[in-house]
Amino acid sequence: MGAALAQNLARRGFRLGLVARRAEELARVAAEINASDGTQAFIYPHDVRNYDAIPVLFQSIVRQLGGLDLIVYAAGIMPQVAPNEYDFEKDKDILEVNLLGAIAWLNQAAVRFDRAQAGHIVAISSVAGDRGRSGNPAYCTSKAALNTYLESLRNRLGRKGVAVTTLKPGPIDTPMTQGKPVAGRVTSIDQATAQIVAAIDRRANEAYIPQQWKFIMYVIRRIPSVIFQRLNI
Amino acid sequence: MSAISQKDAVSSVHNGVPDSAAGERSAGVALPLDRLERVAGWGMAVGGMGYVYRPSTIDGVAQVFEIARRTGRTVGLRGGGNSYGDAALNSENIILDLTRMNRILVWDPSNGRVTVEPGVTIQQLWRYAIGDGWWPPVVTGTSFATVGGCAAMNVHGKNNFKAGPIGDHILEFDALLPTGEHVHCSRDGNTDLFYGMIGGFGALGCFTSVTLQMKKIYSGWLNVDAISVPHMDGMLYELDARKGQADYLVGWSDAFASGETLGRGQIHQATYLAPGDDPYPAQSLRIESQEIPANLFGFLPASIIWLFMKPVLNDWGTRLTNLAKYMQSATLGNHKRYRQSHVAFAFLLDYVPNWKLAYQPGGLIQYQSFLPLATASPVYREILARSQKRGVVPYLGVVKRHRPDDFLINYSVDGYSLALDYKVTGSNRASLTALLKELDRIVIAGGGKFYFAKDATLQGATVRAFLGEERIRKFGALKERCDPESLLQTDLYRRLFGDQ
Repeated sequence: MGAALAQNLARRGFRLGLVARRAEELARVAAEINASDGTQAFIYPHDVRNYDAIPVLFQSIVRQLGGLDLIVYAAGIMPQVAPNEYDFEKDKDILEVNLLGAIAWLNQAAVRFDRAQAGHIVAISSVAGDRGRSGNPAYCTSKAALNTYLESLRNRLGRKGVAVTTLKPGPIDTPMTQGKPVAGRVTSIDQATAQIVAAIDRRANEAYIPQQWKFIMYVIRRIPSVIFQRLNI
Repeated sequence: MSAISQKDAVSSVHNGVPDSAAGERSAGVALPLDRLERVAGWGMAVGGMGYVYRPSTIDGVAQVFEIARRTGRTVGLRGGGNSYGDAALNSENIILDLTRMNRILVWDPSNGRVTVEPGVTIQQLWRYAIGDGWWPPVVTGTSFATVGGCAAMNVHGKNNFKAGPIGDHILEFDALLPTGEHVHCSRDGNTDLFYGMIGGFGALGCFTSVTLQMKKIYSGWLNVDAISVPHMDGMLYELDARKGQADYLVGWSDAFASGETLGRGQIHQATYLAPGDDPYPAQSLRIESQEIPANLFGFLPASIIWLFMKPVLNDWGTRLTNLAKYMQSATLGNHKRYRQSHVAFAFLLDYVPNWKLAYQPGGLIQYQSFLPLATASPVYREILARSQKRGVVPYLGVVKRHRPDDFLINYSVDGYSLALDYKVTGSNRASLTALLKELDRIVIAGGGKFYFAKDATLQGATVRAFLGEERIRKFGALKERCDPESLLQTDLYRRLFGDQ
């Protein structure tokens, strides 16, 4: 998802700093971007769980870019979890990548944007954060907590001219969802990217990707718990 | 995966020029986040984030150089922050703000010599000295500039044709170089550094004290004459013809006037009072007699006037205001003589506090070009006509008469300068940038020069064209000697000299 988004933003004239765990994959994405005229991407291999490295890395990225207008946190994992599985190591990984990494990175951006009185924070959360579903408790928790963190950031920074956008995609056709049972129809990555970029452009507070999920989740959030327990969603 | 993005710099007036040196320096240490601030040029059209340090001692300055070395950053010197463009910005690096080094160290009212720390402002200086009958020899249009900043940019005032730039009145100075060396410079010792650091836009070292020769005055008042001029040639003729009799000369030009009236405006000429002209000099030399009134028309608080300017600061509002101002100057106001305090005459930019906020949100870019006597008229008429043709007309035009000086980084001419304030908006940014590039070519073709305190848009090649290879080579040699690690940089430095 991050790679597709990077390519889209590069075409729109953004200079990019790309941060990801796998160096070869990162180099490949950057090479594609840098192959076109007038687009530029720098790469920084990094595991978001390496919290101590973040302040220095953040500063050097911003310095190399010459400033910062927009940060997109797209890191996220969703390992397969069996219905009767309660594996703490797995759950911890989910929370570290999906939540703590986001907080570690976006706190850095928040300080800067607060002082700059400008800027835009975007994070890719999920529809999974809207309800505690039976399938993957830690994943739902990580996304629900991320939503709340972003809402708090928005309430802190909104009055200072900083936008905070919570993106809530349904299942998208990415490696994350491949080979896994998903609820509902899978959205193509191109369609998802286009909608994400549109949401960034209008500095939306929150956007479901695709938009139909807004209605679906409106209904799902209102299903009483006694009934929800008996449903398989 | 996280993607961090930065909108590309589409024009040279955008902030955040990438630092070419970034990759070469170690970046293993983070700077403290509490130092991170948004810092903008005075015109608000350019700005960026920087790590701001505000030491109060010379040791503190040395420590900031050390921090820069340790963290692999550059240091940009900043005084009052009154340079219009990016001369006192250092995006994503360290900004050394010298405003807390603001002590007046030595004052001798018998000869008017004053030694000050670099952060002393022009305002501090005149308030301190005026009671003894002394006035700063050269002042900027705002009194909030610092002496260190004035020396670094070698500023001029409305008396440039007669008094030269401020460098001509600096007797000596001390500076701390990035190498750690303390130097004392004057016309007798370290002369290359004396003529290089004055005007050296903070790229060679940090002034730690500056000794100025103040100007003796015999009254707090100036005699002021207002003269209407019907076109640019009339403006230039009057400024030249009056330079023998005047102490200060400044022309206002209505940039909306076209055709026969292109460049029309009004000149203000001021002369000092001779001893005895003012019966009560001790009274007129009191700070209270000089202060700019806090209310305009007796009741309107000056601090909120910019709010009333904002809705009319557009093409039609300015065209009408200029027309009214010109009509008044050409009729009732013509050849009027009156007395005005030094402060009211000198610090026009301070008269309406925060007036620049009326230019928000885009801010303003001032384009000031310096032309020799022979080419000023055709070039200035072309600049005004071209601006009108491109539909980007400046809201303020100011014309001054200048004289040459001996400093290395040099914008001086035996001629004139025309300073134009262009409002920057979301929709005119690209056309303004294109227009200014065209104007650069016209000015260079006319043998003209530019002044870094005002600049936000020049390119390195243009600077090489007006400074000449010889001066740039000499400056490069000084830079190598004073700052071999190239620790002292600003956004302007990288924009204009980054490829050296």
